[in-house]
Amino acid sequence: MAAASTLLLSACGGNDNGGGGGGATTGGGEQPSTVKLGFMGDLGGENAGIVIPPFNGATMAVDEYNATNPTTKIQLIKYDSQGKPDQATALAQQAIKTDKIVGLVGPAFSGESKQVDPILEEAPIPSVSPSATNITLGQNGWKYWHRILANDGVQGAGIAGYIARALKAKTVFVIHDNAEYSKGLAEVVIDTLKSKGVTVQTDVIDPQGSDYSSTVNKVKAVANLDAVFYGGYYAQLGRLLKQLREGGVKTRVLSGDGSLDVSLPKGAGGTNADGAVVGCPCNIDPTGVSSPASKTFADKYKAKFNTAPAIYSAEGYDSATAFIEAIKAGNTTPEKINQYLSTISVQGITKEIKFGPNGEPAGGDIYVYLFKGQTYTPLGNAKDAPAPPA
Amino acid sequence: MLHNLVDQFWPATVDGLSLGAIYALVALGYTMVYGVLRLINFAHSEIFMIGTVAALYTVTSIGVSAPLSGVSLVGMLLLLAVVGMVASGGAAVALEYIAYRPLRKRGASRLAALISAIGASLFLQQLFALQVIPKLFHTSQAGGFLPVHAFWVERTDVITIGDFVVRNDKLLVVVGAILMMVALDQVVARTKLGRGIRATAQDPETAVLMGVNINRIVSATFAIGGAMAGVAAALYVMRFEETRYDVGFLLGIKAFTAAVLGGIGNLRGALVGGFVLGLIEMYGSAMFGSEWQHVVAFSVLVLVLMFRPTGILGESLQQARV
Repeated sequence: MAAASTLLLSACGGNDNGGGGGGATTGGGEQPSTVKLGFMGDLGGENAGIVIPPFNGATMAVDEYNATNPTTKIQLIKYDSQGKPDQATALAQQAIKTDKIVGLVGPAFSGESKQVDPILEEAPIPSVSPSATNITLGQNGWKYWHRILANDGVQGAGIAGYIARALKAKTVFVIHDNAEYSKGLAEVVIDTLKSKGVTVQTDVIDPQGSDYSSTVNKVKAVANLDAVFYGGYYAQLGRLLKQLREGGVKTRVLSGDGSLDVSLPKGAGGTNADGAVVGCPCNIDPTGVSSPASKTFADKYKAKFNTAPAIYSAEGYDSATAFIEAIKAGNTTPEKINQYLSTISVQGITKEIKFGPNGEPAGGDIYVYLFKGQTYTPLGNAKDAPAPPA
Repeated sequence: MLHNLVDQFWPATVDGLSLGAIYALVALGYTMVYGVLRLINFAHSEIFMIGTVAALYTVTSIGVSAPLSGVSLVGMLLLLAVVGMVASGGAAVALEYIAYRPLRKRGASRLAALISAIGASLFLQQLFALQVIPKLFHTSQAGGFLPVHAFWVERTDVITIGDFVVRNDKLLVVVGAILMMVALDQVVARTKLGRGIRATAQDPETAVLMGVNINRIVSATFAIGGAMAGVAAALYVMRFEETRYDVGFLLGIKAFTAAVLGGIGNLRGALVGGFVLGLIEMYGSAMFGSEWQHVVAFSVLVLVLMFRPTGILGESLQQARV
């Protein structure tokens, strides 16, 4: 361990203006060295259910790479921000100054990304988020920031299109919890629906609150409601779904990627989550419908973690793969890795790993999933997926 | 805006009362401790949380196979209320003994007790998140931060008059809270213990001279306040069927607000404050949207305090006449 960290110090020495301790000099070449990658996200907080799968995916990619006995090994360090921006910024400082990571997979959520990404940009440390989808993240001119999946603009438009086309909705109630991600997604859904001539009513819930009855009353007061869309995370949607169904609201409920987790039916209780449709820029494809690579990935993932791949598992794997490819090509400093990422073009599990100059992925489709019982099944691409059974 | 309120008036009223009933019961703990010790017991929100965990754990252990309604629901609720009262009341007494009494004995300032209260609150939250909830509900340690559930209530409409629909759980919350309030009011007004509490609130030194055992009275005050939070916890578990380590945080702030709104130190004030706050929140949400719930509530609080600095009922525990 001690030897590895000395090596690391010298490896990063050229980049570290603060002047880290001068470790033993090594010729590089023959001796194996280690670089550190970080993973940051809500690994132990309220919405950890959608961050642990990408963390597992990233772990798997790194383990597979290390198993090939490369000259430069990778150590993956996890930073549990609990999804809270203030904790995330402190951890980012620790990652940069103490651990001296060369790249970060994450942060997982958009709110924390807004706080952490400027710090990474200044360091500079390249990052690839497996799950942060807020639109504005891509509009800051950040040079070191990337994400592996389509943003909320694409996602919101995809889900709204599905609501208007497949559900033939005329009146929709949109709810969100005012968080960075939730509000952004809900606003795109509202705008897209309005542009398609759909009547939209809105309300906002408090994610810390327990009693959503005022929102339930508002939904009930709308005549001929065709659908309810919720922008936010599954912990709150579970609570809201339970209270909506108990309040006698039978309307179809839809949501975005923040709610795509098997904890949703658990939180909603009974059969309250049945029939909920959740969209996601992620492709969870354990049977390999879209590509055989997905099935191979799913099988290996299942063998390793004893659970099926879930939301962003493959995206986590692909995010880590981007860094691994860079390191494979002999890049071990943040600067060089970032240069490599700007030109990367590698086939990943979910899509071709390729970034535009603004860090956004080159392509991206939105998929919709249907909840039934304790789990969910894919309905297909939001562009042409059929309406769910009534 | 106003038409929204008109449309949703009856549902908002029912929900406001059932929300306010829980505020009121929790507010009692704040108001009684303040009346006797002049201390804001900020750890009271965790006393409530402990009650919800105990009640939810009881439901889980009994293992309800089919959702309950009618008499079996009421019976289960009574059992949970007893469990909640014992757990919360006991926790409150222990809290007083550990966190406040040593400070009181050494004549520490009230500010020290306040800091001790905040410390106890954070300690209990994290203890439950990291140890108690994961052990009781067999979640992973990280899962201690997640809500835990037990679904056991069958919801039915018991009163339907046009728009005025009352569901069984909401009715039970309001009725249960009012019954507890009346009982407590009688205890404080009529029993020897109640006389002791009132005497201590009025003038602790004279009360000692008259033979009142202050430490016993303080313990009893915490026990009663805790027990009321325990009943609130049982009602909460029936209404929402879940709890989390930080469930008391927002609710505690609201209950404290209700106590101040009604007149802190005043038992009936807590009842009035709780119901008024619950109704204001629901009417405000109906008019301006749910995101304005807290803004409306606290604006009304500021307005009331501007014109009635002692709260709606004003009169405090020490001046209460029987």
